[in-house]
Amino acid sequence: MTAANPAVPLLEARALSFLRQDEPVFAPLDFQLHAGELALVEGDNGSGKTTLLRMLAGLLHVGEGELHWRGEPLQRDRCAGEILFLGHQLGLKADLSPRENLQIAAGLHGCRDGARVTAVLAEIGLRGYEDEPARRLSAGQKKRAALARLLLLPATLWLLDEPYANLDRIGIALVNDLLEKHTDAGGAALVTSHGAVSFHGGEPRHIRMHA
Amino acid sequence: MNRPGLLPACTAMLRRDLTLAWRRRGDIAMPVLYALIVTMLFPFALGPEDTLLQRIAGGVVLVTVLLAMLLALDAMFSSDIEDGSLEQLVLAPQPLALMLGMKILAHWITTALPLIVIAPLMAAMLHLPGVVIPVLLLALLLATPLLSLLGAVLVALTAGTRRSGMLLALMLLPLCVPAVIFAAGAVAAAQQGLPWLAPISWLAAALVLAVVLAPLACAAALRIALDA
Repeated sequence: MTAANPAVPLLEARALSFLRQDEPVFAPLDFQLHAGELALVEGDNGSGKTTLLRMLAGLLHVGEGELHWRGEPLQRDRCAGEILFLGHQLGLKADLSPRENLQIAAGLHGCRDGARVTAVLAEIGLRGYEDEPARRLSAGQKKRAALARLLLLPATLWLLDEPYANLDRIGIALVNDLLEKHTDAGGAALVTSHGAVSFHGGEPRHIRMHA
Repeated sequence: MNRPGLLPACTAMLRRDLTLAWRRRGDIAMPVLYALIVTMLFPFALGPEDTLLQRIAGGVVLVTVLLAMLLALDAMFSSDIEDGSLEQLVLAPQPLALMLGMKILAHWITTALPLIVIAPLMAAMLHLPGVVIPVLLLALLLATPLLSLLGAVLVALTAGTRRSGMLLALMLLPLCVPAVIFAAGAVAAAQQGLPWLAPISWLAAALVLAVVLAPLACAAALRIALDA
């Protein structure tokens, strides 16, 4: 990891907005996210939470306002590999097993030091399902298979769109645990969620979205 | 942080698409069966007249192979867009064009290569002289990747639209015409004992150009398709 000046926020948005057919999808947003911080993006259905995350990930172009990564204007090439995005579409191939899906992700994104696919799958609660085609897994198990990427791939900023959807109580606790470990290790995360979420590691920052 | 090199990323990509194709072997067999059936029907429809069949054999095999390839073209990126794999690929710290090049290569291996393997059989069914078959194979080896690459660009361009099949067929037609003309020209020249190197060279030149430019165009088109 690069030693960063703690005063410089990892991610900073200034009057950020996204335009769809020249109409702003959400009201201009200002926020800062420092290393070790967790932000909870809140808002009603259709308030633009997913749009915001897709924009931060670099899938959508920035509509209006500015987006800074480590103090410099965000460019896709510079922060590629540092940002991990997990959207509604899980990015799992239904014909491949969780193990194969993870191996491909590791081939493209790289691996954390010492992280092993089998150990990661066991930790995420998929022991015994490593070689089952993803199509035969339940919705929650698929979600877990996608979340396993968080443990395996190196990234500083996690952008998680509804990570708690489809998960059981143990799964929700697991995600909270992952987030806590990630922020403790100096990472940052932006999470959208509808439900009331309790993090062990202090109160998360809230980003409220208005249509 | 250990970021993977280009080679591991390329092999991961290629292996993924080949594994996926292998898990759905039935889909690979479909174009092959289609091509075999079409070639088999020609002698029945035209009558078993050797000279006539010989004259049309090269063209029939080429057109059948190219049309059979179109059957599978549509699906090149659609499943990746649906399940979100493409988003992950776009966000990976790898050159997108190269990764898409690997996808196109995998697509060529799984759809065009089986067709090229059965092409001598198809040619034999239409009584194409044995000496012409190497030229036919060479023409196919150059024309099919060209079609895969051009097709990939068009599939990427129409990726965001619903019911893109019709649009795709319309756009691809003018682009396949030169490939068919040069490939068939080479086969016809070889059949008449004329030099066939010139049309083959044109095909090769077009292929080189497409190998360089098509993945870049695909990458740009898919980024735009996702950015909506």
